[in-house]
Amino acid sequence: MWRVSWRNLVARKVRLLLSGFAIVLGVAFVAGSFIFTDALGGAFDGIIKGSTADVVVQPRGAGDFDQLGQDARTIPGDVVRRLDGLEEAAAVHPTLQQLGVWVIGADGKLVGGNGAPGIALNYSDAEAITGDRILTLTTGELPASDSQILLDEDTADKAGYSVGDQVTLVTPGDNPTVTMELVGLARFGSGDGAAGATLTIFDTASMQRLFFGGRDVFTGASITAADDVSQAQLRDAAAAVLPAGVTAEEGDKVAEEAQASLADDLGFVTTFLLVFAVVSLVVGVFIIVNTFSILVAQRSRELALLRALGASRRQVNRAVLSEAFAVGLVGATVGLVGGYLLAIGLKALFGTFGLDLAGADLPVRGRTIVAAYLVGVVVTMVAAYFPARRAGRIAPVAAMRDDVAMPQASMHRRMIAGSCLIVAGAGLLTWGLVDLLGPALVFVGAGMLGILLGVSLLSAVIGRPLVRAIGRPYQKLYGTVGQLATENSLRNPRRTAATASALMIGLTLVALMSTIGQSAKASTDQIVESSLTANFVVSEATYGTPFTPAIGEQISTIDGVETVAPLRDGTGKVDGEQIYFGATDPVALAKAFDIEFDTGTLVRMAKGAVLIDRATAKAEGYGIGDRLELAMPAGVQKLTVAGIFESSAAMPYTHLTTLETLRKGGVKPADSKLYITTAEGADKGVIRDQIDAITEDLPTVVVYDPEEFAEATAAQINQFLYFIYALLALALVIAVLGVVNTLALSVIERTREIGLLRAVGMSRRQLRRMVRLESVAIASLGAVLGVGMGLVFAVALQRAIADEGFDVLAIPWGQLALFVVIAAVLGVLAALLPARRAARLNVLAAITTE
Amino acid sequence: MSDLSVAAASSTPVISPVAAQCVDLRKVYGKGDAEVAALDGVTIDFGAREFTAVMGPSGSGKSTLMHCMAALDLPSSGEVFLGDVRLSGLKDKHLTNLRRDKIGFVFQAFNLVPTLTARENIVLPLAVAGRKPDPEWFDTVIDTVGLRDRLGHRPNELSGGQQQRVAAARALMSRPQIVFADEPTGNLDSAAGAEVLGFLRRSVDDHGQTIVMVTHDAVAAAYTDRVVFLADGRVVDELRNPNADRVLEEMKLLTHLATSGA
Repeated sequence: MWRVSWRNLVARKVRLLLSGFAIVLGVAFVAGSFIFTDALGGAFDGIIKGSTADVVVQPRGAGDFDQLGQDARTIPGDVVRRLDGLEEAAAVHPTLQQLGVWVIGADGKLVGGNGAPGIALNYSDAEAITGDRILTLTTGELPASDSQILLDEDTADKAGYSVGDQVTLVTPGDNPTVTMELVGLARFGSGDGAAGATLTIFDTASMQRLFFGGRDVFTGASITAADDVSQAQLRDAAAAVLPAGVTAEEGDKVAEEAQASLADDLGFVTTFLLVFAVVSLVVGVFIIVNTFSILVAQRSRELALLRALGASRRQVNRAVLSEAFAVGLVGATVGLVGGYLLAIGLKALFGTFGLDLAGADLPVRGRTIVAAYLVGVVVTMVAAYFPARRAGRIAPVAAMRDDVAMPQASMHRRMIAGSCLIVAGAGLLTWGLVDLLGPALVFVGAGMLGILLGVSLLSAVIGRPLVRAIGRPYQKLYGTVGQLATENSLRNPRRTAATASALMIGLTLVALMSTIGQSAKASTDQIVESSLTANFVVSEATYGTPFTPAIGEQISTIDGVETVAPLRDGTGKVDGEQIYFGATDPVALAKAFDIEFDTGTLVRMAKGAVLIDRATAKAEGYGIGDRLELAMPAGVQKLTVAGIFESSAAMPYTHLTTLETLRKGGVKPADSKLYITTAEGADKGVIRDQIDAITEDLPTVVVYDPEEFAEATAAQINQFLYFIYALLALALVIAVLGVVNTLALSVIERTREIGLLRAVGMSRRQLRRMVRLESVAIASLGAVLGVGMGLVFAVALQRAIADEGFDVLAIPWGQLALFVVIAAVLGVLAALLPARRAARLNVLAAITTE
Repeated sequence: MSDLSVAAASSTPVISPVAAQCVDLRKVYGKGDAEVAALDGVTIDFGAREFTAVMGPSGSGKSTLMHCMAALDLPSSGEVFLGDVRLSGLKDKHLTNLRRDKIGFVFQAFNLVPTLTARENIVLPLAVAGRKPDPEWFDTVIDTVGLRDRLGHRPNELSGGQQQRVAAARALMSRPQIVFADEPTGNLDSAAGAEVLGFLRRSVDDHGQTIVMVTHDAVAAAYTDRVVFLADGRVVDELRNPNADRVLEEMKLLTHLATSGA
């Protein structure tokens, strides 16, 4: 039987190639996700280890938190110099580090950003635990004065500077920009890049003068252990001479903690990518099931002959499954290669969002290989199981008959199974939506998947009237050719349904995302219109580039400016969970932003108070007067819940507190946004000009009026949507391949009929059109179902989160229609090859074929 | 062999205008040593309003002849004329139009489109050409084949004989210059075969249709006006107003010659 399987594989290589391709793409997505996240992890591991010394000295608590802002605490020079005499230390390097220092490129644009930090540090010869120097001068000389700097090689390259150039920096200090001479270039670690972070390197004294008020202070120290001294021994020795507020920690431990905290963040990326991989695989399963079903159906006579010659049911069954095994094996291998290529693509995609991994390796780990083969082989075999079982049920007598009908599960049973899936899915979805936070999201996903599978089972039945409806204009426009195309797509409802379903899944998600995005934009518009009373918003240009408070101070001196409300981002931990909060001047903000409150007001928020957004309050059970403990680097603060508010895309915080809280937490002030109101009767045009003049040189800062602010928020949502579309595109490609596959197999199956049509005078053009129209009918069916399902899901989702700043349901009809049109165009493209093949068939050979 | 050829040459009185003809038609498969001539210099006229049978043992080239005559296959050399249209050198598009407008086909394996009803199958060549059937002619054809009550049925709801009658009606629907039938009764029992042959005969007698039928069934050949015998790719004999016994005799002779000559 193995030989039979093998011969079949060889004989049907084109058809199997197509189904193999579905596996290749699915596996590629899984493998690519793993390779990319490993690369990501590897790159950051390299950065962490490459910048951590044997023992790290820093203010207490500094290493325990993901830092968004600059730690405001420093260590006096005297304290650091106590370490100099340690016998256990080979070298002690006092360190200075300042976040929020950005390079303006030669083209006037900001270098980096989008979440990657802009770091200033002092030059030192410190060595990392890897044994490499943390910084190595590669070109030029070391900075020796207040006006000289080094840049890391990547940053200089991206900024377009070379040694000797004047470089403008954005700083968090009192002078928003300073111009420096680039005297040299440095390499960070072993030269694998800094993941998009920009490094500006000063000499120690200049840095103290520029960023630390000229005081003799440091942000920490890197100690290299003497020979035969362990990290622990060194740490103990260092700790013995340090005061209570300063800690010494083993480098390995510091690196480990940093890695663990990073793994949390990166875990999200892996999960995110794997969700899309699963989508691709589910789509792939449809294609594989369909391909094998068609192949088995086309071979039913031959399989019956095997049965008649004495092959057992099991043997026939196994013959089909071993084909699937081989296809899965080959598909997984090619998919692994594809995954590597995909990882390169993902690297580029994430690169456009500031995560620069240009120098990172793309490691193919054992886990990736195992996952690729597991997914490829198992998925293929599972997908082929049902057709294989059906193949085993072919009656031997079928070999003697002319027209063999495959035994089919009844439509009735399909209907019941489909309906059950839909009901179960709807149940899960509802349950998930009622309590959207936490693991409930998994229910939402599982519920949607269940409903989609149910609909795809039913689509063999419910698709019929839809295809008829699509076919009606066909017949009007193209007469018999149109009618034949419609009939052909109805001929095998299961096949059409499975093919269309693959497309449906991708389009459901596209339509869902597009509707949710549109609603988010509309909701933001509404909030900006109804709640934003500020006349101007000054905002960081990309996420993670907060600017110096000096800007706000300058703006507040402009004539006619009434209030300037700063908004600063902070992170901390509540009950061990990382939170992302906003800190503001409540009185000023109240004038600029009419936040909707369930209870409480902004104005009455006192020191030590916190506002909680509605969803978090519901999830955690917070009420007015409740106390929560916020842990930050400088210590734990007890905050009192003073109100419950509605968060939104324009105010995307779960917690809102005072500037005082952030200061006490040990974070240097840096503004993410300024909400500015003007006095009545003031000339806004003049004020705008003055604000623009202040921020002119700062590519990190943008000025918006309310309308522009809404547009900018919408643009961010769009950017996110495009990102998602790019990832969903692969699932759509797989689905389109499925259409190609089905059509190609149908053309092969109908060879004789095509020969007849040609013999009675159908032209090649008409024949191509017939195949094309069938393809468009299938694609349109998938698109209509998908867009419909996406819409249903989007409405459900919007209803569920309407209370969390998502008040408006906006359905992008134009876009949804466009998706259907695009799907139809994809249908035309999918038909290209099969149609050509059909048109090229030799009439005589076709008509006499068996 | 030689006296048969003489007989063939002496008995070709042209009694009607020519609907189709071929001149020195050759069709060669393979190359060099493997070369096989399926048609080895065939020249025949098919008279208009005549029912002609082409017969011969397996491998005699009768199907190849029909395929070349019907613009389904290209000859290696020689000329084919349909009426006054010369087929050689025509592009696929012209050949397609020719098949659509001037030629009707009846195949051994019915070859109906399973998704279309009997009526839709019958008018298919016209529909493909974007033309409406002439209702009177449609009625005539339907009544001749006796399918009026089955028109709404799909092929799989029809018996073999009914399906072949649908196929024959389809061939006649566009009033083609000539109908080619390739073993039209090969898949039918004798009763159903007789129905189809009777129908073809009537369409010649009543409507002046020209039909060329390839067959190896002597009974089927007896329905025709003229039988042309092929052997080894050549025309070897022909009979006018044949009856089954004479055809059978001729065939026995040919088969004997073919086996002894090989």
